[in-house]
Amino acid sequence: MKILVGVKRVVDYNVKVRAKSDGSGVDIANVKMSMNPFDEIAVEEAVRLREAGIATEVIAVSCGVSQCQETLRTALAIGADRAVLVQTDQELQPLAVAKLLKAVVDREKPQLMILGKQAIDDDASQTGQMLAALCGFGQASFASKVAIADGKATVTREVDGGLETIAVKLPAVVTTDLRLNEPRYVTLPNIMKAKKKPLETLTPADLGVDAAPRLKTLRTVEPAQRKAGIRVPDVATLVQKLRNEAKVIS
Amino acid sequence: MAALVLAEHDNLRLKGATLNAIAAAGRMAGEVHVLVAGHQCAEVARQAALAGGVAKVLVADAPHLGDELAEAVSEQLIAMAAGYSHVVAAATSFGKNVLPRAAARHDCAMVSDIISVVSEDTFARPIYAGNAIATVQSPERIKFVTARPTGFDAPPAASSAAPIEAVAVVPDPGLSSFVSREVAKLDRPELQGARIVVSGGRGLGSAENFKLLEKVADRLNAALGASRAAVDAGYAPNDWQVGQTGKIVAPDLYLAVGISGAIQHLAGMKDSKVIVAINKDADAPIFQIADYGLVADLFEALPQLLEQLG
Repeated sequence: MKILVGVKRVVDYNVKVRAKSDGSGVDIANVKMSMNPFDEIAVEEAVRLREAGIATEVIAVSCGVSQCQETLRTALAIGADRAVLVQTDQELQPLAVAKLLKAVVDREKPQLMILGKQAIDDDASQTGQMLAALCGFGQASFASKVAIADGKATVTREVDGGLETIAVKLPAVVTTDLRLNEPRYVTLPNIMKAKKKPLETLTPADLGVDAAPRLKTLRTVEPAQRKAGIRVPDVATLVQKLRNEAKVIS
Repeated sequence: MAALVLAEHDNLRLKGATLNAIAAAGRMAGEVHVLVAGHQCAEVARQAALAGGVAKVLVADAPHLGDELAEAVSEQLIAMAAGYSHVVAAATSFGKNVLPRAAARHDCAMVSDIISVVSEDTFARPIYAGNAIATVQSPERIKFVTARPTGFDAPPAASSAAPIEAVAVVPDPGLSSFVSREVAKLDRPELQGARIVVSGGRGLGSAENFKLLEKVADRLNAALGASRAAVDAGYAPNDWQVGQTGKIVAPDLYLAVGISGAIQHLAGMKDSKVIVAINKDADAPIFQIADYGLVADLFEALPQLLEQLG
């Protein structure tokens, strides 16, 4: 069984992003870029399934600029077997990425596709569900536990108010939540090995996909800033303020 | 043109977040319809019919729609979406799971997690953990949108119930099946929608110490929340996590105890009306957004707080 994993290059988790003052977008010139944290969990899960003998091959796919090769090399260092970059300088929105991934799925015929539940840049949380719909597959989003057996994936999902377990026929799409696993540290020998693993580069045109953006961002601004309030000296003052000033408790 | 709102429910009760989605839809289109897809869900339809601004409730009732599975519900939605200018759901784990499927099948881009409606085709939504707000215009013929519940006040109840109509059920695509559910027992208000949230961080130090917070929450009839650090450390269950990748809340009062205030956490609570922070580190970032800050050892402050609350 092949597993296809989607990985996105995003602004690093620790960078505090700011909107540009002219409203034209966010300022991400010269900031550190990394693999989307949820995608790292996706790669780790796929590699574990291969190590457990359930999967035979893990293919990491990224869509975007040529620097996404670095992100794919990280996926290869975690343990993916080979990588595919769908290279374009165009802005890619979730629907376009889902179409590009579907085209790769049509070529590779994986039984399982694992993606992050959301990217920490656009926070859209759409791509995995869209990929499943376009392929006509079932989906298990926000997964915290995945078991593969008898042609189906039994997945525990993190839903509002608790956990839900569903069974999905393979092929299927799984999107990862935070606590599915803890990705391993990438070691130097594995980084060296990753450099020798195959990385194929395609374009949206090669795949016959129109990846043009549909949604238009008119402006991007800073959110309304909250001002720091006051410090209270003790609990008694706090409770008095909440009762009489803020009037939020009785 | 009308907007279609996808109702979220457990076949008995309409979830509160659906009311927020109905309010959002009302700002997009002149008429709002609600789709209740479920099994033996007549009571949910009755509740939806009483929400202010709803012109019609459409009910698809069948066994395979009873478990809110994305594949089955989205097929129903796909079949019904074509006649609408907007298809709207709350940006909850259910809405996020179902709506992208329907949007993709209609070859329409989707706008996630909006916090305001600028015009019928233009919406504001947070990006980068709420560090920027993007105004996005959609040219799509059907605008698929999820609305952040905290961005839209629930409409007042209607004076008379909207008509309820049964619709043809789309067959089960047979891709998935429900196995089990572990729903946390709700002897407290739900985190999303609670008027007061009491939230703990790594400062609590153990799951045992979270019980101190539970006492405060019980006294205030508050929901319990946690930072990612506290959940990762095993002090609190996953579904308590407030933040960019957890739940987004905006209660009247958010009481942050032993939470330092990472940007990802602030993304989930900074629209709360009043924020209180109790932390022993006077330099903790949470104090920069707190209306009332108390620099104190929480193990001394919490018992005092309980005593003062009476």
